[in-house]
Amino acid sequence: MALEILKQGAEGRLYLGEFKGESCLIKERFVKKYRHPELDTQITRQRMKAEVKAAGRCLAAGILAPRILHSDLTGHKLYMEYFGSAQTAKQYIQETVAKSTDEQAKQSLEELCTSIGGIIGRMHANNIIHGDLTTSNILINPNSNSSSSYDVIFIDFGLSHYNQATEDKGVDLYVLERALLSTHSEQPYLFEHILAAYRKECGKDEDAVLAKFEEVRARGRKRTMIG
Amino acid sequence: MVCALGIEGSANKIGVGIINDGKVLANVRRTYITPPGEGFLPKETAKHHREAILALVQASLKEAQLKPSDLDVICYTKGPGMAPPLLVGAIVARTLSLLWKKPLLGVNHCIGHIEMGRLITGAQNPIVLYVSGGNTQVIAYSNKRYRIFGETIDIAVGNCLDRFARIIKLSNDPSPGYNIEQLAKQGQHYIKLPYVVKGMDVSFSGILSHIEELAEPGKRRNKRKKQQDEPEPDYSQADLCYSLQETIFAMLVEITERAMAHCESNEVLIVGGVGCNERLQEMMRIMCEERNGKLFAIDERYCIDNGLMIAHAGAEMFSAGTQMPLEDAFVTQRYRTDEVLVNWRQD
Repeated sequence: MALEILKQGAEGRLYLGEFKGESCLIKERFVKKYRHPELDTQITRQRMKAEVKAAGRCLAAGILAPRILHSDLTGHKLYMEYFGSAQTAKQYIQETVAKSTDEQAKQSLEELCTSIGGIIGRMHANNIIHGDLTTSNILINPNSNSSSSYDVIFIDFGLSHYNQATEDKGVDLYVLERALLSTHSEQPYLFEHILAAYRKECGKDEDAVLAKFEEVRARGRKRTMIG
Repeated sequence: MVCALGIEGSANKIGVGIINDGKVLANVRRTYITPPGEGFLPKETAKHHREAILALVQASLKEAQLKPSDLDVICYTKGPGMAPPLLVGAIVARTLSLLWKKPLLGVNHCIGHIEMGRLITGAQNPIVLYVSGGNTQVIAYSNKRYRIFGETIDIAVGNCLDRFARIIKLSNDPSPGYNIEQLAKQGQHYIKLPYVVKGMDVSFSGILSHIEELAEPGKRRNKRKKQQDEPEPDYSQADLCYSLQETIFAMLVEITERAMAHCESNEVLIVGGVGCNERLQEMMRIMCEERNGKLFAIDERYCIDNGLMIAHAGAEMFSAGTQMPLEDAFVTQRYRTDEVLVNWRQD
């Protein structure tokens, strides 16, 4: 069966395929020749397993994520649910900014950020650490049944893990803040809305996580950077 | 035509370089080398620099066959770095500027590395991996700034290597990283170490603690749990060096590749002291070949801190019209790469 390549990323290829009659997305990870073979196998397996586990945990907690239909550890392939009409949050933000006035854009992006922040809060309340929060890893899927006209779906759980430590949650938020700063430097207000919504949903450790987040931000040599 | 003299002294290297219109005229350097097992401390490093710098300035002028009146601008490293050694360079630069009546410019150390790398390799708009004893950053240029896409969230990669070299008492001559690289070539066994990538960022402190325990079994482990019948380790120091390099370099190559995919770029430039490690260059080259990209790397003359890179970046700033009043000629330990407005690039 000839498979259609949808996207080629840094770590793998995405194909459109089929599993037991259901059309699905196939995510294949490459062997990285620059890595020691043992390390490469370890990383690939670890990330595939992380992806399967986290997606399961999210769905169990009522958080939208692609369902994993089948995992082929030896072939480095994951078969998962495909959202054909979705776009990434990165595209959505850029399009919104391009086609509406500043005020309108700000309002609709605020709504988006509120729901992104709420979902991250719920993930953390369930001790799911995404590990690679960027706007490329968040999908906006049109849905006429829901109240907000779209669903927000998190993808790419390869770097995720399960941990209740405030350190990991703080770093997760920090990674997102940095990604927003480098990708959407013209919309500096995004992160504060995400954080406000996050605080409402992230559970009992709210203050501890926020304190840790501030600590990670300011951490030692990060800002000093001795040459 | 700009003829610039640059003074660099942000860490344990003190260097003076002279560049004339992109042509290298002189590049001299002295390194403060500490005994095995010891790092360099600010006060002693500054003393070393004070004793070396005047001879280096004279040597550079002699090598370039220039008189002070032939220079257009005096440049020095403004930061980031250790304050006492930085001050040595700044004070000498200020004095020379007043004495020879030449304009003075303070240069960001990281920008110096990037511009030097671009000049030597001819890379136009690469993703830059800047790896040294104090910095670990993945940088891409956009809209008049060098923006930081990924970086270390704790210690720098070179710091991790240096401190490991101290633990196993490797020589600091010519540099701890070089000696780790040589010893790693004899490594046979790959030992599993933590592999820590967080989004586009990396972390090295946990790896250092882990390998510290492997290198000195008993010293730390006994504090946590008593295991009398634990077997003697069946790995050598060479194995540890080899495994450490394989692990941390794979992390660096991975975040560089992510930045390439993110920015849709096909060029990579490696700068900074760790950048002259040939295993890192080899791994990066393999990654680039797999993506049909191109690697630009430079050797230790330009990779390791040097005065020439400060002269070159200063010359670029000078030709773009940047001026600095004397009262701004201070040094700063904190000076982010993305704070500098890159007014000399037109793209």
